[in-house]
Amino acid sequence: MSEPAVKEKKQKLSVPFNYDKYMRPHKLPHIWCPGCGHGIVLKSLLRAVEATGIDKDNICMVSGIGCSSRTPGYVDFNTMHTLHGRAFSFATGIKLAKPEMKVIVISGDGDALAIGGNHFIHTCRRNIDLTAIVYTNSTYGMTGGQYSPTTPIGDIATTSRYGNIEPPFDACEMAKAAGATFVARGTAYHTLELEKTILAALQHKGMSVVDVIDACPTYYGRMNKFKSATHMMEVIEKDGTVNVKQVDKLPPEKVQGKLLRGILHNVERPEYCQQYANIIEKAKGGK
Amino acid sequence: MAVTAHTKKAALTGNTAVAIAMKQINPDVYPAYPITPSTGIVEDFSGFVADGSVDTELITVESEHSAMSACIGASAAGARVMTATSSQGLALMWEMLYIASGMRLPIVIADVNRALSAPINIHCDHSDSMGARDAGWLQLYAETVQEAYDNVFMAMRIAENAKVMLPAMVCMDGFITSHAIENLDLLSDEEVRGFVGEYKGRNSLLDTDNPVTWGAMVLQDHYITFKHQQSEAMTRAKGVAAGVMKEFGEKFGRPYGLIDAYRLEDAEAAIVIMNSAAGTTKVVVDDLRKQGKKVGVLRLRLFRPFPFKEIADALRGVKVVAVLDRADSMNSFGGPLFNELRSALYDLDNRPKVMSRIYGLGGRDYKVKDAVEVFEELLNISKTGKIDTMTKYITL
Repeated sequence: MSEPAVKEKKQKLSVPFNYDKYMRPHKLPHIWCPGCGHGIVLKSLLRAVEATGIDKDNICMVSGIGCSSRTPGYVDFNTMHTLHGRAFSFATGIKLAKPEMKVIVISGDGDALAIGGNHFIHTCRRNIDLTAIVYTNSTYGMTGGQYSPTTPIGDIATTSRYGNIEPPFDACEMAKAAGATFVARGTAYHTLELEKTILAALQHKGMSVVDVIDACPTYYGRMNKFKSATHMMEVIEKDGTVNVKQVDKLPPEKVQGKLLRGILHNVERPEYCQQYANIIEKAKGGK
Repeated sequence: MAVTAHTKKAALTGNTAVAIAMKQINPDVYPAYPITPSTGIVEDFSGFVADGSVDTELITVESEHSAMSACIGASAAGARVMTATSSQGLALMWEMLYIASGMRLPIVIADVNRALSAPINIHCDHSDSMGARDAGWLQLYAETVQEAYDNVFMAMRIAENAKVMLPAMVCMDGFITSHAIENLDLLSDEEVRGFVGEYKGRNSLLDTDNPVTWGAMVLQDHYITFKHQQSEAMTRAKGVAAGVMKEFGEKFGRPYGLIDAYRLEDAEAAIVIMNSAAGTTKVVVDDLRKQGKKVGVLRLRLFRPFPFKEIADALRGVKVVAVLDRADSMNSFGGPLFNELRSALYDLDNRPKVMSRIYGLGGRDYKVKDAVEVFEELLNISKTGKIDTMTKYITL
């Protein structure tokens, strides 16, 4: 008797899901460490892509350098693995050449906010129709755990043995201030919520940025005395964040010092490729 | 680190050995932005900074462009400056490399040779440093971990020589040398201090009693004069390098020259090659010599300035030469070393026939059989007098 009800509940979720459609199976296994959340983020992203109904051949995924930037190698879209920090510039070129294409940028916090910080803010400012997924794990995992622009003050990294003294960036605040028209945050822990957030980002017309809080147990975790990958997820992703919708309902002490999840900023503003097309029309003597 | 207290012997990777050399030099400033495969150098060095075993200011920057910019600023302020990088990192420094050499700043960096993108690759070839060959930097290359370690001290001395005052890069093969553990002899800290000495930058930006301007705009009036002086300094650097290497050999018992000629005296055929692949080639030379074949190897230790005269002298009398480049200059006429070496031989009366072979790009193995094949081809050309293919990729 109870069986159909369970089935009905399952149908509401997008999992289980056949990821093979979007993967390049011969490129597996991936390079990510046990406990790394990058694979979870990728799965959420692929389910969100499925939900948009966009043909995978009409999607281009562009990345820079770092652990997260290895993502395009594993997926069966049009993909481009470029230079450290420059993914946003390559993506801008692709989008301008093919405005009908859905262009997704995969970047890490070091890639997007440090070496590529300049490109990041100007891509946001232009409001070009890209979706950027920034995997924020507060470390440079590929090169051995140096502190990154999102490492909290006081935390240990290979380059801050006595604690980091540089205040971290809030990627969402920065994107919003720079002019991105859709800004959201998710975590690898809230995988179903993340899927919905990424779906909304993909459906947005204009620059959309999703900051994904993710954990690096290999470097950041070990150096900052986290017991395990799951411990990290619980502390940083589950207990360290709160959904923006719950903020008003919760007592202030439960919100203080926590990062907000969900859609944080969603406005409309003329999109860059459209503006560019308009200028071409105007130069040709049109209206 | 397996440095024993009683002897100066140690078993170290190339990266750690270079980091220790840098520690012994104890530079004033070290801008750091790690990149594979040179990460180990920066990592170990930041450990020395954290332990207080150096007095260095370690600056963690947000890109290699900033790393080299910080090197330039610090060096212009009179500091002794070092850093390490590879591949894309060196490529991102490009703009600043020319500024460092144009300002005559004796910055010393380790470049752990790695292929350039695209496609992305993290393994060894020389396209990074070869691409920087016109940037006005001295370039030293090393076959072994021992040599990479020793080259750091020699590079510092040559770069800071008042007759030179040019930046230098110490190159070694990514992963092959940087990550392989080798037994080597370390110098004592006193020996290093005695050899490299103290550095006092001239016209320091921090000397506020005597304010100076660096890198100011000069147009048709003086630019060419600056470049002429830089070019002359680079020419002088060859003699200085020879002197420094000789002194190093006399002091520490490990003799080095601008080039390393191996069994070339009566050689009929020779391979010219750089860095770690020379070791493989030497093994093949020994084998072929046992079979009565007259073969040898020429390895360049100094690529900038280019020791053209020494090369011509070493190859005088050799009939056929194959220049093996671990980088292609994509100009459809052989690799960079081939081009310059062939030009160096032009004035010889009986100049050898020279062919170009590109090998080992992106870390592709260069094996004994590859060297054997090249030597067989050379000995055949020596008989027929005819080169069939002037330029070719091998190890495909």
